[in-house]
Amino acid sequence: MDWETVIGLEIHAQLATRSKIFSGASTRYGAEPNTQACAVDLGLPGVLPVLNEEVVRMAVKFGLATHSTVAPRSVFARKNYFYPDLPKGYQISQYELPIVHDGYLDIELDEDTVKRIGITRAHLEEDAGKSLHEDFHGMTGIDLNRAGTPLLEIVSEPDMRSAKEAIAYMKKIHSLVRYLGICDGNMQEGSFRCDANVSVRPKGQEAFGTRTELKNINSFRFVEQAINYEVERQIAVLESGGTVVQETRLFDADRHETRPMRTKEEANDYRYFPDPDLLPVEIDQAFIAEVTLSLPELPDVKKQRFMDDFGLSAYDAGVLTATRELGDYFETVVESSGGQGKLSANWVMGELSGALNKAGLEIDASPVSAGALGGMLRRIEDGTISGKIAKQVFEALWAGEGTADEIIESQGLKQITDSSAIEGIIREVLENSPTQVEQYRNGQEKVFGYFVGQVMKATQGKANPKQVNELLKKMIND
Amino acid sequence: MHHKTLVELSAGLRQGEYSSEELTRTCLDRVALLDKQLNSFITVTEELALQAAREADARIRSGEAGPLTGIPYAHKDIFCTRGVKTSCGSRMLDNFIAPYDATVTQRLNDAGAVMIGKTNMDEFAMGSSNETSFYGLVTNPWDSETVPGGSSGGSAAAVAARLVPVSTGTDTGGSIRQPAALCGITGLKPTYGRVSRYGMIAFASSLDQAGPFARTAEDVALMLGAMAGFDPRDSTSVERPPDDYTGGLNKSIKGLKIGLPEQYFGEGLDSGVTAAVEAALDEYRKLGAVITEISLPNSQLAVPAYYVVAPAECSSNLSRFDGVRFGYRAEVPADLEDLYKRSRGEGFGAEVKRRIMIGTYALSAGYYDAYYLKAQQVRRLIREDFMRAFEQVDVIMGPTSPSAAFRVGEKSDDPVTMYLSDIYTIAVNLAGLPGMSIPAGFTADMPVGLQLIGNYFEEAHLLNAAHRYQQVTDWHNRVPQGYE
Amino acid sequence: MALEAQEVERIAHLARLGIDPDDIPDYARNLSDILAFVELLNSVDTCGVEPLAHPLEAVQRLRPDVVTEADERENFQSNAPLTEAGLYLVPKVIE
Repeated sequence: MDWETVIGLEIHAQLATRSKIFSGASTRYGAEPNTQACAVDLGLPGVLPVLNEEVVRMAVKFGLATHSTVAPRSVFARKNYFYPDLPKGYQISQYELPIVHDGYLDIELDEDTVKRIGITRAHLEEDAGKSLHEDFHGMTGIDLNRAGTPLLEIVSEPDMRSAKEAIAYMKKIHSLVRYLGICDGNMQEGSFRCDANVSVRPKGQEAFGTRTELKNINSFRFVEQAINYEVERQIAVLESGGTVVQETRLFDADRHETRPMRTKEEANDYRYFPDPDLLPVEIDQAFIAEVTLSLPELPDVKKQRFMDDFGLSAYDAGVLTATRELGDYFETVVESSGGQGKLSANWVMGELSGALNKAGLEIDASPVSAGALGGMLRRIEDGTISGKIAKQVFEALWAGEGTADEIIESQGLKQITDSSAIEGIIREVLENSPTQVEQYRNGQEKVFGYFVGQVMKATQGKANPKQVNELLKKMIND
Repeated sequence: MHHKTLVELSAGLRQGEYSSEELTRTCLDRVALLDKQLNSFITVTEELALQAAREADARIRSGEAGPLTGIPYAHKDIFCTRGVKTSCGSRMLDNFIAPYDATVTQRLNDAGAVMIGKTNMDEFAMGSSNETSFYGLVTNPWDSETVPGGSSGGSAAAVAARLVPVSTGTDTGGSIRQPAALCGITGLKPTYGRVSRYGMIAFASSLDQAGPFARTAEDVALMLGAMAGFDPRDSTSVERPPDDYTGGLNKSIKGLKIGLPEQYFGEGLDSGVTAAVEAALDEYRKLGAVITEISLPNSQLAVPAYYVVAPAECSSNLSRFDGVRFGYRAEVPADLEDLYKRSRGEGFGAEVKRRIMIGTYALSAGYYDAYYLKAQQVRRLIREDFMRAFEQVDVIMGPTSPSAAFRVGEKSDDPVTMYLSDIYTIAVNLAGLPGMSIPAGFTADMPVGLQLIGNYFEEAHLLNAAHRYQQVTDWHNRVPQGYE
Repeated sequence: MALEAQEVERIAHLARLGIDPDDIPDYARNLSDILAFVELLNSVDTCGVEPLAHPLEAVQRLRPDVVTEADERENFQSNAPLTEAGLYLVPKVIE
C-alpha cells in the first residue's frame, strides 16, 4: 500500500527579551542555578504576574509577518498540572483566545515549487525550569532560571507531507523569527524547539490517521531523523495489522529512534481556565500600526527586491535572503561596490561563502567586511584588477593585510593598461617565439592563446586581458 | 491607653503624652495577659515591634510622623512579612519565613505603623468561624463559647478585645465584614483592585481584597488611606490614586438614598438581628437619609456561584504548595507522586482539601461549562443587579450576617450551612464592590453588624455614612466583659 | 449529584492530595452536598450572558522590559526543604 505522511509542527521560540514574561528577572542563558529565579518565577506564596510589553510587541511582529490575525483581545489561561520544573503547579499560557491566529507561510520546495503552510495559531506562554538528572544521591535537581522565560508557541496546520517539507517550514520560521529579532534561534541552548505531530494514512484517504507527538527534537537533523523513523515505525505497525497508539514519544538522539514517554498521560486533564491574576490583553490599531512601522523588510519581500533590483535569479536571491545577516552583508557589498549586484552575489555566494564554510564561521564573524569586499569589487569593475587577480586580493583581505586598494598597491597588482607598455611586452614575446609566429601565420590560429599566455606570464597576470587581445591581434598581423 | 482609638492615640503620641514604645509595650502586655483565652495571635513579634516603635518615636520627634506612625497593629497571617513566619493558618506553611514583604506590609511599614504580631485565621482564609486554623480556634471576646467569625477571626477578636487599636484582614466572601459583625467592630472590604494583592497569599484571586479593622469608621478611614493605592506588581491593582477617606467623614448625610434589598430580610434571618438592623435604619432616618426597598433578584445565586468560582481559583492557587521550594514536605517520600500527595495531604486541613477537590472537579474535563462558566455568567447577573440598584440609591444596607456569633462546633460538620453564614456578604465580592460592617446593637448580648455596600470606589461615601452613625450611637464603644 | 468514592479518588489524584481511605466516604458526602447546593445555579437561564471573570473588566497593563530583580537565591532557598548546589531536590523524575 502507498502511504501518505501528515505532519504538523509546534515550534517553541523563546522570545529575546531582557526580562521574563511575568517578572523582572533576567533571561540571560547560562547563569548559576536558581540565581535568575525571582519570587514570581519561584511561585512563592502571594506573588503575582505582570505582563512584559516587549513580549506582546514580539508576538504582534510575528503575527504581522505571517499574514495572521492579531487578536484585538487575547486571554491568558492556566494549564494545571504537577511537575517539579513547573513551580506554581500551572503554566500560564493562552488557550481559547491566542494573541495570533490564522496565518500562513510559503515554503520553497525546489526552484519552482512553492507550498503554503497554514499557521493555526501562535500563543504566548511561560517556559518551565529544567530538571537535571545528574545523580544527586538518586534525586533530581531543579533549576528554575528558565522558568518564566517568554515563549511563542507556533502551531502549524497538519499541512506537511514529508520530513523534507517539515524541515523547510521549520527553517523558514527559524529564519523569520531571527529576521524579526524576536528569537535568537539558538537550538543548542533551547531557544528554538520543535515538537512534531506525525501520522500516516493510505494515499487517497481523507481522514487523518492516529498521530503521535514527538518531543525533544532540538536540531533540524534530528527533526528529519525523528519524523522519518516515526513514519516507518507507524507504517510497519499498520502493515502488520496493528494500530498506532496516540501518545507522546521522545526522540533518542543517540539511537536515532523514538520511544514512548514513561510518564503516565492518563491524567492529562489540564483544567484550563482564565488566569484571574491577569486581565485580557487588548491590542488596538495604533499599537499594530506602531509595530508595523518597526518591522524589518521580510525575507520574501527582500528576495523579490533582490531579483528586481539586482537581476538575481530566484535561487540566488533565496540564498542571499536566508538570514537577515547575509542579506544585510550582501546589500552593503553591493553598495560599496558601486551597485554591482550580480558581481556581488557571485562573490558572496562563491569565494566568501566557501572561505567561511572552510573556516566554520558565520557571516557576522567574517574576517572580510562587506565594505572591504565591495571596495575590491569596485576595482574589478573599474579595471584596476582582473577577476583572476581579485582572488589573490581576496586572500590578502581575509588575512587582514589591509584594504583592497592598499593590497593592490603594496603587492603591485594593478592591471597594466598602458598600451605602449603592453606593446613592448608583446613585441618581446613575438621576437622570442619565431616558430609560433610562423605557425600562426600559416593558419594555426589556436597558437594565439599561447601568445596571450606568454604576455600574461611576463606581466604576472596584470596586463588587461582585453587590451592584450586587441593589441596582439593587430601586431601579429603586421 | 488601650481604650483609645487610633485617632486619639496618634494625637497622644504627637503631643508626647506617651511614646510608641510605651504604647507598644501596653499592647504586648495585653496580648500576653489575654490572648491565651482568645488565641487571636499565631506569632507575636515582640522584639521587632519594640524596635519599630523606637524608630517611630524617632520619627515622631523629628516631626516626620503621619497619622499611623507609632500605632501598633495586628497583621493577618496571610500577608507576607519579611523575616517573620507567615503561616496562613496552615500546617503547610508552619515553617515558612516569608522572604519578602507584601505591598500592604510595606505600605504600613512606610507609614510607621508598628506590627506587633500575626493573627490567627481560617486555614488559607477558607472558613467563616476561624475553626479551620491549624493553630486552633479563636474565641469570641463577647462569649468564649462562640466563634469570632472568619476567616479574619484573629484580627477581629484582637481589636474587639482591645489588644490593638487596628488590624488588617482579607475578604474573599465576607472574611472582614462577618467577623467584624460577630465581634462588634468596624471593618471594610474595599473595591476589588483598590488595595494591592501582592504578597497576600491568594485564596481566590478574582475575589480577594485586603482591608482594615478598627473600632471606628474614622480609624478605618486612616488605615485604608495607608493600605490603598496602585501597585505595579499587581495586574489587577487599579491605576487611580486613593481618595481622601477622612476629609468627608463629617459631611451631612441628609438626603442620602439608602436601599434595602428585600432579599436580605427574608427567611433565615435571625429576629434579633432584624430588630437591631431596623433600629439602626431608624437612626439613619433621623440623620435625614431616605430609605427605599430595592431588589437584587439573583441574590440567592451568589453563594452557589461563589462555591464554584472560589474553589476553582483556589484549587489552582494552592497547587504551588507541593513540598519542593518551601513549606511542608512529607518525610521520606517514596517517589515524586508520594512527595506531592503526602505533603499536600498532610499539610492541608480538611476544609482546604474539600475546596481544592470541589474546584478541581468544577474545572475538570466535561464539567467546566456546567460549573465554572455557568458561575461566571451568574456572576455577571449579580453584578447587573447591583448596577441597577445603584441607579436608584447611593448606599445599600442590610444585615452583615444572618445571625450573631454561633457556638463553636455548631456548623463545623456541615459545610453548606457554614457557607450560608456568608449569604449577605458574598455577592459583594462577586461584584467587586466595597462593603463595610459596623456595630449596630446586640441580640442576646452578642453584637450585630450592619452592612453598608457602595458603588465602585465609593469607600469614602460608606465611611461618611458609617461615621455619622457612630456620632449618634455608641455600639462601637461597647467593651466585652473581661477586656475592659 | 452524588459523587462516588471512585470519583473522589480521581479528583484527589488530579489535585495530588493524599486522602486517608477511611475519610473518602465523608469527603464523598460533603462534596456531594456542596455540588447539590451548587445545582441551584441551573435555576437561572444564562443563555447569551457573557461570563464575568473580573469585576472591573479592566485591561491588562504592560510592564516595560527591564530587569529589576537581583539574585536572592540564598534568601529564597532558606525556606526550601532540600537543596544542593543551588538546586531544589526532588525524588528522581523519570521521563
